[in-house]
Amino acid sequence: MAFTFAAFCYMLALLLTAALIFFAIWHIIAFDELKTDYKNPIDQCNTLNPLVLPEYLIHVFFCVMFLCAAEWLTLGLNMPLLAYHVWRYTSRPVMSGPGLYDPTTIMNADVLAYCQKEGWCKLAFYLLSFFYYLYGMIYVLVSS
Amino acid sequence: MFLTLFLESSIPPSADMTKQAPPFGYGYPSMQPASPMTDSSPSHGRYNQTGYQHLSQPFPNMSQLSAALGGLSGVPELEVEALRPVNLLQERNLLPHRPLDAPEPNLNADLKKANCSPDTFRCTLTNIPQTQALLNKARLPLGLLLHPFRDLAQLPVITSSTIVRCRSCRTYINPFVSFLDQRRWKCNLCYRVNDVPDEFMYNPVTRSYGEPHKRPEVQNSTVEFIASSDYMLRPPQPAVYLFVLDVSHNAMDAGYLDVFCQTLLENLDKIPGDTRTRVGFITFNSTIHFYNLHESLSQPQMLVVSDIDDIFIPTHDSLLVNLKESRELVRVLLTSLPAMFSQTRETHSALGPALQAAYKLMTSTGGRVSVFQTQLPTLGAGLLQSREDPNQRSSTKGVQHLGPATDFYKKLALDCSGQQIAVDLFLLSSQYSDLASLACVSKYSAGSIFYYPSLHHVHNPAQLDKFQKDLERYLTRKIGFEAVMRIRCTKGLSIHTFHGNFFVRSTDLLSLANVNPDSGFAVQMSIEESMADTSLACFQAALLYTSSKGKRRIRVHTLCLPVVSQLSDVYAGADVQAITCLLANMAIDRSISSSLSDARDALVNAVVDSLSAYKNTVSNLQQSGLIAPAALCLFPLYVLALLKQKALRTGTSTKLDERVFAMCEFKSQPLQQIMRTVHPDLYRLDTMSDQGALHLNDCIVPQPHLLHLTAEKLTREGAFLMDCGSVFYLWIGKCCNDMFIRDVLGCPNHASIPPNMTQIPELETPLSERLRALLAWLQDSRTFSSTLHVVKDDASAKTSFFQHLVEDRSESAFSYYEFLLHIQQQMSK
Repeated sequence: MAFTFAAFCYMLALLLTAALIFFAIWHIIAFDELKTDYKNPIDQCNTLNPLVLPEYLIHVFFCVMFLCAAEWLTLGLNMPLLAYHVWRYTSRPVMSGPGLYDPTTIMNADVLAYCQKEGWCKLAFYLLSFFYYLYGMIYVLVSS
Repeated sequence: MFLTLFLESSIPPSADMTKQAPPFGYGYPSMQPASPMTDSSPSHGRYNQTGYQHLSQPFPNMSQLSAALGGLSGVPELEVEALRPVNLLQERNLLPHRPLDAPEPNLNADLKKANCSPDTFRCTLTNIPQTQALLNKARLPLGLLLHPFRDLAQLPVITSSTIVRCRSCRTYINPFVSFLDQRRWKCNLCYRVNDVPDEFMYNPVTRSYGEPHKRPEVQNSTVEFIASSDYMLRPPQPAVYLFVLDVSHNAMDAGYLDVFCQTLLENLDKIPGDTRTRVGFITFNSTIHFYNLHESLSQPQMLVVSDIDDIFIPTHDSLLVNLKESRELVRVLLTSLPAMFSQTRETHSALGPALQAAYKLMTSTGGRVSVFQTQLPTLGAGLLQSREDPNQRSSTKGVQHLGPATDFYKKLALDCSGQQIAVDLFLLSSQYSDLASLACVSKYSAGSIFYYPSLHHVHNPAQLDKFQKDLERYLTRKIGFEAVMRIRCTKGLSIHTFHGNFFVRSTDLLSLANVNPDSGFAVQMSIEESMADTSLACFQAALLYTSSKGKRRIRVHTLCLPVVSQLSDVYAGADVQAITCLLANMAIDRSISSSLSDARDALVNAVVDSLSAYKNTVSNLQQSGLIAPAALCLFPLYVLALLKQKALRTGTSTKLDERVFAMCEFKSQPLQQIMRTVHPDLYRLDTMSDQGALHLNDCIVPQPHLLHLTAEKLTREGAFLMDCGSVFYLWIGKCCNDMFIRDVLGCPNHASIPPNMTQIPELETPLSERLRALLAWLQDSRTFSSTLHVVKDDASAKTSFFQHLVEDRSESAFSYYEFLLHIQQQMSK
């Protein structure tokens, strides 16, 4: 069992993916609350917007770590999500603070449906990557 | 499969059908309020079996069809007429003689009588498709256009203390519910059976007991309820009006302040309100000035706050004062305000801080803020840069900067909306002022936007005059405060997008800080579940507001439309004007979110798709040419006119502010006004006769026929009137009859007509009386005054008048015939 840098990366990725799963679940619950009129869009956007950049930065941090650890397959699997995040953030509505969600447009049924679908897809992806990193960590630890 | 609904003449009518005599083949449950024992629930299948039988042989030609229908009532003939195929390339005279009326929904006479007026509530498809698949096949948008707070001549007000609502969906009781027996009623939106409360059994109007279906709530589709305290989150607010005035050098040069103060002084007593009404004034240039108007002072006291980065309110009371108590001080202030700043040298404008100050001042009560701005805000928070590139005005590629540059105004609008403050913006600038960003402050706080480009008291008195007249209407029109609106639909339909000036607080609740009688709204709907078991779809718009006298009211409008399962019926019930307005709203949204060329392409595709769908499915005529159902024969013309509007045109030089304002108007005006702007009404004046004229109050109002908007219809010998909604053009041909010019305009000949004539003199000739009666009658049909321009047939007329002739070719756009050929070409791809 060799405790390489790659193993350390995977371990850290495992922990941070748990955080990302938490964010994805928070998003899903938040949009469901909006859909069922439980919360005001202004308040909900004020809660959701500060979480967007931390999620994206955590993911960027993973990718950089895997780059340094020379784990090319893992990096390749995370590239599409990185590209998607970049696209999403650059095409966000005009706003002064960080975030993606504008209270005036978020209640449009198509925007709401899109955000909900996005939440579920991300949850699925993060869950799958959690198990992948678990496998990867054990693999790296065992094969040295 | 053409018109299969009308083949029931071969089926013997059942006994129950003959007693109410609905048109044959209409399986709609008859809504007979006078006979409560009739089971008229929509799910009862007794009528449906006769309503939807399809015989397989189609009628090969129209004459056989008309013969078979000859004995029936008028309604099926209307639908046959609506589906009559029209070859657009051959028929050139498509316009009706008088402006188009809304199509009547295909309901029996009782339901039609009780139905909501089309001026208030209109649907793009008067026959609602049963399923989303059928709607998709028709390729037409499904939506509603509302004008809920319209000025009404008659409004039944219900004073009873119990407001009967459905227990599950909270729909208000309306004429289209069914009474199962005297004590139970079935909701027409969610089909739940509710109990009739005891108090409802007594009818105060007829003083009878036991006839709940005769109560005014169930007889009228537009009613107003007096809301109890359950409907109030806080005690009803008083009317609070704050005026925020730009007094920079630019503003004083334009000279609007004189007109404003004068108009407000004259109308101080007519402002809607009661004894609790409050007013306040803030002026700003590079600093903010407040006015202490406490009644104990002998004259108004001005308080200047120059720290615009951290605005604070100098004193806590007497900046918004009770109008009755401080009336004298307000008068003194308004008389002296123009003179106070006439020598000002300040050129900066700190609009953002002024709005923040206004918000802080009004935050405890809510109300209306009227902002008058004459230039780009250059100081403090929310300052804007000039983004327009004058060289790009006639670009065909795309228009930039249609969206806001900063979200300061949007955030401020949302804060204001939360405190029930609406911000109305009057933009009176001559240079680019980034209306795209400034308009956000009104859009999301349910305010109105007014734009008077290049207003100047010396160089542009016509604009100043319009400003004055509009201001009078604005100050004295009815107003509702702290309002919310909810639109409910029958189970199966749902609303997904809203258009208008408001904030969408939840999936069907709109928060309107102020509601006024001049704003219209549009919504788009989709069909979530199949409506196969119902034959009526109902929509209810409920507007809860506080009147200016502090009374909490609920205005309810209910619309009922039939549900159909055949594609031909969907086309027969298409309301082309409503479809055009909804498409305009959608195109504007698309041009801001994606690009203007995308929006234009989408509009052309809407025409191509719907006409292709009609050709492939309903029409069985295989001739060449562009065939459209008569209900949609004006659709390509209206879409072409939309593509040539200031809001959506490319290739013609359009200032960015004017374009953005035109877009805002589309989203907030009611339907009739939009249609007049899109496709103005053109009349010939010198050959007006009294045939078909209206006789009103000893006046004869002639009703001339509509003409197509093409220069072919203009002749040098004629005089024409074009009604564009907010402006009238009176075009006099070069060789027009001198007698006409003398009798109507008071000038001896064409050459002597002054260049900027904006008034028709009051002459005693019959021609002048007729024309003035016509103008007055047209003016009465709209709430804001329209300006009149007399246009001579010379070079200066080219831009203003001729750009409205939408059927003609312009430098960058198709003529009508070319557009039809383009559509035909797209359809054959």
